[in-house]
Amino acid sequence: MATESTLKEGRRAPGSEWLKNHPRWLETAYKFTEKLFLGMYPVLGRVGFFKRLMVPAESLTKGYLFNCQMCGQCVLHSTGMTCPMTCPKNLRNGPCGGVRANGNCEVIPDLPCVWVQAWERSQQMTLYSDEMKIIQPPVNRALHNTSSWVNMAEGVDTVLPVGWQQASGNKEASE
Amino acid sequence: MTDATPMRAGSRLEKVLRSGRFAVTAELNAPDSADPEDVYRNALVLSEVCDGINATDGSGANCHMSSLGCCALLTRAGYDPVLQVACRDRNRIAIQGDLLGAAAMGVKNVMCLTGDDVSNGDQPEAKRVFDFDSVQLLRVARMMRDEGVFLSGRELTTPPKFFLGAASNPFAPPFDWRPLRLAKKIEAGADFIQTQYCFDIPRLQQFMQRVRDLGLHEKVFILVGVGPLRSDKVANFMRTKVPGVWIPDEVVDRLAKTPRKKKKAEGIKICIELIQQIREIPGVHGIHLMAYRQEETVAQIVRESGVLEHRRLDFDEPHTRRAAKHPPAGSSHQDPTAF
Repeated sequence: MATESTLKEGRRAPGSEWLKNHPRWLETAYKFTEKLFLGMYPVLGRVGFFKRLMVPAESLTKGYLFNCQMCGQCVLHSTGMTCPMTCPKNLRNGPCGGVRANGNCEVIPDLPCVWVQAWERSQQMTLYSDEMKIIQPPVNRALHNTSSWVNMAEGVDTVLPVGWQQASGNKEASE
Repeated sequence: MTDATPMRAGSRLEKVLRSGRFAVTAELNAPDSADPEDVYRNALVLSEVCDGINATDGSGANCHMSSLGCCALLTRAGYDPVLQVACRDRNRIAIQGDLLGAAAMGVKNVMCLTGDDVSNGDQPEAKRVFDFDSVQLLRVARMMRDEGVFLSGRELTTPPKFFLGAASNPFAPPFDWRPLRLAKKIEAGADFIQTQYCFDIPRLQQFMQRVRDLGLHEKVFILVGVGPLRSDKVANFMRTKVPGVWIPDEVVDRLAKTPRKKKKAEGIKICIELIQQIREIPGVHGIHLMAYRQEETVAQIVRESGVLEHRRLDFDEPHTRRAAKHPPAGSSHQDPTAF
């Protein structure tokens, strides 16, 4: 259908695919930036405009590289450096059953399935490869259009619904 | 597997699976109608040959009677339906509410699905919801059952009892990831699995080999999806237009070579052959029949395939309306272990 190619999930900026196909660079860069950011945040966070500035900064850079949809709770390193929110179904726990035989998306026939790519890339990664197995909690839609770096530093993105926490808590206790 | 885990909901499907018998489920095509008889007519044909009737939730993103509506009708008549819940159309508030409503109506089996995309259906202009994905939905359904709370942590006065199902498609890429995704679904709470249509036995065997290596077949009941193809035209339509359906060329060629009048019978024959091959694969616990508006054919296939053997086909809930018309003989069915 003509409208489907205009889905924002389907956009890929020039050069971004090449970079994502080399996820070991990206995961190292992520690990480094994470340490740097978390180390500097106690100071940076006090600067009033910093948090506001992070939103367009993230939107621009991650938007270009990963077609970031600004969910505000980034899991890129756990999903093979491929943004799960660029899956038209927003699946965060793996591919749906509709993947085409050539590995393309059910919704956008010309687009390689985000999860097929995520799987291949995660196999190349060394630091976060195993995180593909983690069950990702439901997306907190209230964090849409906020900075996931700031949310991470402030621990907002790991605040899970009480029921979800309870279920995980009991499961860990029983094991 | 059956001894260690407690009975989840005690549905007929669960009892049959836990007793180690080969289970049969079938898909009921929800009518485009407000007449309950349209549901009952199809259910009557299917109920004689299957342990669980799946009420589809807008299959192929086409609008039909809701799965909750179908299930409400089916439980009233004493059937044991499988409520399909797709993430496509409802957000987390609606889904949790529907799950409680379904449990109150007597639904014991719930199948958690992602759902076909709206672009495949009759109303592609619709909004995609996908608030949950299927794994999160499974986990939330299990949380409601085991913890007795909503996602917010608010307590349920009476938690629902569900035998939880999930889907798997061994026939779509990434093939290496599929068994691991199955493992994820089991961790999230899946008790049984219904797969996409199987027309490719070697690929199913590869998948099942990996499943057995991971020990997953001991943690979950796997029902492999099958269905008859009416002609090579239908086969070609399905493999190009229906998402996630893989039909090898051999099957299509075999139908294409068959004279026009015998195509339907050949399709049924292929389906029966597949069932008999699937049955031999270790770790497979049953089959799930899907056939769009061909309930009679489904019944014929199950009978001719011989998977039910000498199993009695009575209802196991004698107090219900329709079951009362055909009172079950004997009493062993009352005891889940002796089913």
